[in-house]
Amino acid sequence: MSDHDRIPLRQARPMAEKGAAGSRLSRRSVLQMAGGAASLAAASVATTQTASSDGPPATSTTRVRLVVNGSARELELDLRQSLLDVLRERLDLTGTKKGCNQGACGACTVLVNGRRVTSCLTLAVMHDGAEITTIEGLARGDELHPLQAAFIEHDGFQCGFCTPGQIMSGVACIAEGHATSPEQIQFWMSGNICRCAAYPGIVAAVADAAGRT
Amino acid sequence: MLPFSFEKVRTEQDAIRAAAAGARYIAGGTTLIDLMRDEVERPERLVDINALPMADIRADGSDLVIGALARMSDVAAHPETKRLQPLIAESLIEGASPQLRNMASMGGNLLQRVRCPYFRMLDAACNKRDPGSGCSAIEGLNAGHAILGTSDHCVATHPSDVAVALVALGATMRVRGPQGERTFPVEELFRLPGDTPHLEHTLRPGELIVEIRVPGGPYARQARYLKVRDRASYEFALVSAAVALETEGDTIRQARVAVGGVGTRPWRMRAVEEALRGKATDRNAFEAAAHLALEGTRPLSHNHYKVELLPRTIVRALEMAGGTA
Repeated sequence: MSDHDRIPLRQARPMAEKGAAGSRLSRRSVLQMAGGAASLAAASVATTQTASSDGPPATSTTRVRLVVNGSARELELDLRQSLLDVLRERLDLTGTKKGCNQGACGACTVLVNGRRVTSCLTLAVMHDGAEITTIEGLARGDELHPLQAAFIEHDGFQCGFCTPGQIMSGVACIAEGHATSPEQIQFWMSGNICRCAAYPGIVAAVADAAGRT
Repeated sequence: MLPFSFEKVRTEQDAIRAAAAGARYIAGGTTLIDLMRDEVERPERLVDINALPMADIRADGSDLVIGALARMSDVAAHPETKRLQPLIAESLIEGASPQLRNMASMGGNLLQRVRCPYFRMLDAACNKRDPGSGCSAIEGLNAGHAILGTSDHCVATHPSDVAVALVALGATMRVRGPQGERTFPVEELFRLPGDTPHLEHTLRPGELIVEIRVPGGPYARQARYLKVRDRASYEFALVSAAVALETEGDTIRQARVAVGGVGTRPWRMRAVEEALRGKATDRNAFEAAAHLALEGTRPLSHNHYKVELLPRTIVRALEMAGGTA
């Protein structure tokens, strides 16, 4: 059972929190509805556990305020939810990817108050009031962030799964002043793994964008 | 992940009170959350100490003073760290990834749990996770494990890089707990596994690491950290060495040497340091001294290579510090 499945039903439906997505039923919406049904079953299990006198402590929730890509979001969260799961499952910001879920691959990299972190290894409740920037927050309307454009120009990806994490990490790498040479970029981007090994393109893209900013 | 209760505290007193009542401190969370998800760690209460004012980094005379909540990246980038103790900066940068260094606190770094795969494998015997269950690594896959300070009950290495540098430099740490404050060498934080490998450190219940103090010394500016690993970055050490030299011309007045990746705790090499005193800064002297590092080593079935790699790593680090590498 995933963390998400344990959330009581009334919080498990992210529909109310979604932006004005189109009215057509997407693959993801279907999955989310299925998730809602699963969590109804999970809720009864959780209730049973809570009633047991020597079981683990009862599941509890708390209110957390996050500013995500400039918008303030008030959320009732299970204490156990990682920042990554909240972004993906509650706020529908699925650009941030879940790779290893143990801080080793970097696919979940986002900026918290301007600093790059692996969002899988931190609890959302620890970031009350924080400003979060995800891959969805980089472009200005239809205008790509310079590093997004550079990734396209330099073929900085093949399958694309690690790309949002690479780009968020690259944005921070440039801002930190660490994109000074290909060797430095390799070292300071080493927290982001690319199984397609698009590294030459990634390094070229970061170097190019660093030169332009 | 099992359910837990969560409290965010604003004062040290509240933090210590919660921990004395059984709560676990959480700062960066990069070890704890990972292990909670695997149910290797099962705290019922967490106390978030990130709001405590313990993240300062400052100079006090020639000492470098680091708040326990300072993040690895901030310590490494701080001008006073680079000015007073470049070895601390170098060892920090060689650890983890940029993202993790932005999250992980200095206090948490010292208390991080081992990376032995069996520790995380709930269906494998591990005396550290489940006392009395046995050690799967001794007869299992142990290429990454320790050759110093091991016991028949545990052979896992301490994974920190900066701890190796702190031990080499004779750093001390200040802790506060229900019984008040005390200060002791960082080296004394770490226990040998013996027959109680589940007890990893010497903190008393409820004690909170407040700050780390790295004393200045004439060797501080001539100091290097060399980390040998399976890839060039973002990997734990197979063998690492933190060395610092005070020289006069070509003669070594004093040396500090500690190693990582080979010990069940960060390992100060006092015999090597003593052998270097008064010697010339050349390869022969380095090799003769580094050979003394092998005293007491007990290799396992897959990590004999560390016996050869350990003195070589020390020699290379000495050459780097001495400017001859």
